[in-house]
Amino acid sequence: MNKLSSIENKYLRTDIPDFKAGDRVRVNIKISEENKERIQAFEGIVIRRSGQGIGETFTVRKISFNVGVERTFPVHSPVIHSIEKLDSGDVRRAKLYYLRDLVGKKAKVKFKRE
Amino acid sequence: MVEAIYGIKVGTTQVFDKKGNTVCVTAIEAEPCVVVDVKNTEKHGYSAIRVGFGKAREKKLNKPLKGEFDKVGVGYKRFIKEIRVENLEEECKPGDKIDVGVFKAGDRINITGLSKGKGFSGVIKRHNFHRGPMSHGSHSQRRPGSIGMCSTPSRVFKGKKMPGRMGNRRVTILNSEVVDVIGEKNLILVKGSVPGARGNVVLIRKVQG
Repeated sequence: MNKLSSIENKYLRTDIPDFKAGDRVRVNIKISEENKERIQAFEGIVIRRSGQGIGETFTVRKISFNVGVERTFPVHSPVIHSIEKLDSGDVRRAKLYYLRDLVGKKAKVKFKRE
Repeated sequence: MVEAIYGIKVGTTQVFDKKGNTVCVTAIEAEPCVVVDVKNTEKHGYSAIRVGFGKAREKKLNKPLKGEFDKVGVGYKRFIKEIRVENLEEECKPGDKIDVGVFKAGDRINITGLSKGKGFSGVIKRHNFHRGPMSHGSHSQRRPGSIGMCSTPSRVFKGKKMPGRMGNRRVTILNSEVVDVIGEKNLILVKGSVPGARGNVVLIRKVQG
């Protein structure tokens, strides 16, 4: 298995901050269109982190025009330009799927005071 | 140079390509293969090279094998296998080494190996038949169903798909893509799957033409 991890280590990123479910993050995504590259931000609450190593992914949920939008990214994907952690959430669960069923004020996560 | 090498399947993982897409890859460890003998059409009836690879303790080899390695003087190898070569170039001689450097990212390759044995399997697993109803008194849940006609021809046609031994046979994956070659670790990353379990010996050949 060491041989495999030596391959994976090459692709692992070290510039990704620590964050977990409940945190509010801004994910800056590289988008390339016709040789041009620009950066688009996706801001929301992390509702899960899943997997480990090179295959680890996380899902960010936000409400856009009253519609819930979720995007899942590989943590170590080169498509991600950077991740900014805006708030750390105060939650009791590792997977915040219950947010999907809540609307309005209830669909909120408490944030820890800095 | 012969564009083929024997390797050992290490396992599967994933990497990212230049666009940022996730690519499933299988890692194959291919230590340099040493040419032990060259077979030609005049003497042997076909042209091929015999290569040795993998570490072996002296105790594990018998005298005839040792003799073959001693003649070349390259140390003892665990496996000795042949690679068929159509047009044997003159420069290939005993003692030559073939390493992963013959491949580069983007090459198309064929991978041959022994597939995982599945034992005696039914028609659903072996031939992708559909199953019958699971309830309402149905007794044909995983059965093959009818296997032929009536008194004409009153026999079952040859080659009829039936249950039987599955897997554990030589399989070739055609036109796989090399994703990466890590020279210092003797590793080749191949897109997709490779026959057999981890530790399986596989032959990697470049697609000709």
